[in-house]
Amino acid sequence: MHPAPSVILFTVLSGAGFGTLILLGLGLALPFGLEAAFLWGAGYALAVSGLLASTFHLGNPQRALLAFTQWRTSWLSREGWAAVGALAMLAPLALASVFGGGLPAAFGITGAAVALLALFSTGMIYAQLRTVPRWNHWTTPSLFLAYALTGGATLVGLPYLAGLLCLILAVLQVVAWRLGDGRFAARGSTLGTATGLKGNLRSFAPPHTGTNYLMREMIHVVGRRHAARLRWITILFAALVPGMIVILLPDRFSAHLLAFVLHLVGAASGRWLFFAEAEHVVGLYYGAHDGAGN
Amino acid sequence: MTALPPPCEKKLGLVIDLDTCVGCQACVTACKGWNDQGYGVPLSDQNAYGSENSGTFLNRVHSYEMMQDDGPPQIVNFPRSCLHCENAPCVTVCPTGASYKRAEDGIVLVNEDACIGCGLCAWACPYGARELDQAAGVMKKCTLCVDRIYNETLPEEDRVPACVRTCPTGARHFGDLGDPESAVSRLVASRGGVALMPEQGTAPVNRYLPPRRKGAAGAAPLTDIADVEATGIAGWLDRLLGRF
Ligand code: SF4
Ligand code: SF4
Ligand code: SF4
Repeated sequence: MHPAPSVILFTVLSGAGFGTLILLGLGLALPFGLEAAFLWGAGYALAVSGLLASTFHLGNPQRALLAFTQWRTSWLSREGWAAVGALAMLAPLALASVFGGGLPAAFGITGAAVALLALFSTGMIYAQLRTVPRWNHWTTPSLFLAYALTGGATLVGLPYLAGLLCLILAVLQVVAWRLGDGRFAARGSTLGTATGLKGNLRSFAPPHTGTNYLMREMIHVVGRRHAARLRWITILFAALVPGMIVILLPDRFSAHLLAFVLHLVGAASGRWLFFAEAEHVVGLYYGAHDGAGN
Repeated sequence: MTALPPPCEKKLGLVIDLDTCVGCQACVTACKGWNDQGYGVPLSDQNAYGSENSGTFLNRVHSYEMMQDDGPPQIVNFPRSCLHCENAPCVTVCPTGASYKRAEDGIVLVNEDACIGCGLCAWACPYGARELDQAAGVMKKCTLCVDRIYNETLPEEDRVPACVRTCPTGARHFGDLGDPESAVSRLVASRGGVALMPEQGTAPVNRYLPPRRKGAAGAAPLTDIADVEATGIAGWLDRLLGRF
């Protein structure tokens, strides 16, 4: 799949933003005054900027409100509801924590739960697609949650939780890659099933001389070596290095900020791979697996 | 509404004969011609006369090389368009309700006035049947020529999809695949028509008729020619040159 910068930016930034809001909503950190203004402000700014970036890739963003209508069937619609709902529900808590005032704990917990639902829905938009076997698995929504919470915990400055989440993220990411690598072949879609033809098949002539929307959007090839290097970068920057920093320097605000920025770099690399390595079955029609034997 | 309608009896669709298709691309042209001026926004082209040309099409014809152990190698031309799936994943993923399946005849359509151009439905389709128009930013797909097949202002013989009407070899057939007695259903039964990518669970309506088995060619058809004995002047020349 084409790794569109706007979608990578959106999912990474808004993920980290919602992760931050979830931890604050749960009351795991109780900042006040200036610190509260910074943390809640950062959570909201990241979440909202991500949501705005997500409209960049729409063909007709002026009709975006219609995307709220199909929540009964569409994960994309559910994501919209949950994201906007969480932002609205947590706002009073944010204001109370900046300007002083108390609200019952259930208030923040409900808001955090809705924010979790938003992250889960984002993951399910990808995980529901049988056409992309690599994504079509429980590891996809789990990873979206793990990235978001890890980002949140490093930014909020919860050293031990952040360290633990970094470890979970690293393991989950490696497991997702390992399990995902063979899934396209395991699902059994070949040029043979795609065309119903028997024998050894090969694309002889494409239907068009130029490129088209399908090829630009869904057929993307990454070199193996390139991918292996980015996997290392992802694991190091998104999980291992930030994890070490927060554990070794638990009380330093600047250390947490550095860990958070490094985590975002790793997360962006991981998200790039998430798209670039995902193969859509439509590639079969264009000869993506020619010679693999049918 | 992007919930799928309850299963209906009528299942309009296409049956494509891979044995007779010669890959002439006439259906591609006819499809683009008709759908450029009828249903919804036109099918735009980008840089149509340049080197990096690209455009929106609802029907594309591939060619595949088929090597078989027990038969001669063959080129198979393969038209690809929407299969109007019964369990259409492109419909249920749509956040706006723009993508829908008609309850009365099973045709899958896009209401372009509600489409935000998110592209998710194109991701959900295994067959590459949906293309986002780059000029209008809305999703385009085969309409099964819904504005022809019920159109009483057209002469009766034209009330079939443009691609079916134009195909010079009669490789494309249109009809009700929900009715086991229809001409298309009987054709599918007699020729062993298949559904594409059944493992995707989309339950497509369209069917493809596999190429018929061709007679095996002689082992080496040119050996007879090589063995011809030259006579007369040619024979004398042949013998003369053979000495050097
Ligand atoms: S072929 Fe693709 S676009 Fe057409 S109904 Fe099936 S899934 Fe949807
Ligand atoms: S591109 Fe249009 S029709 Fe397709 S899912 Fe998005 S809004 Fe629906
Ligand atoms: S039925 Fe109509 S829209 Fe569909 S491929 Fe044929 S000509 Fe194109």
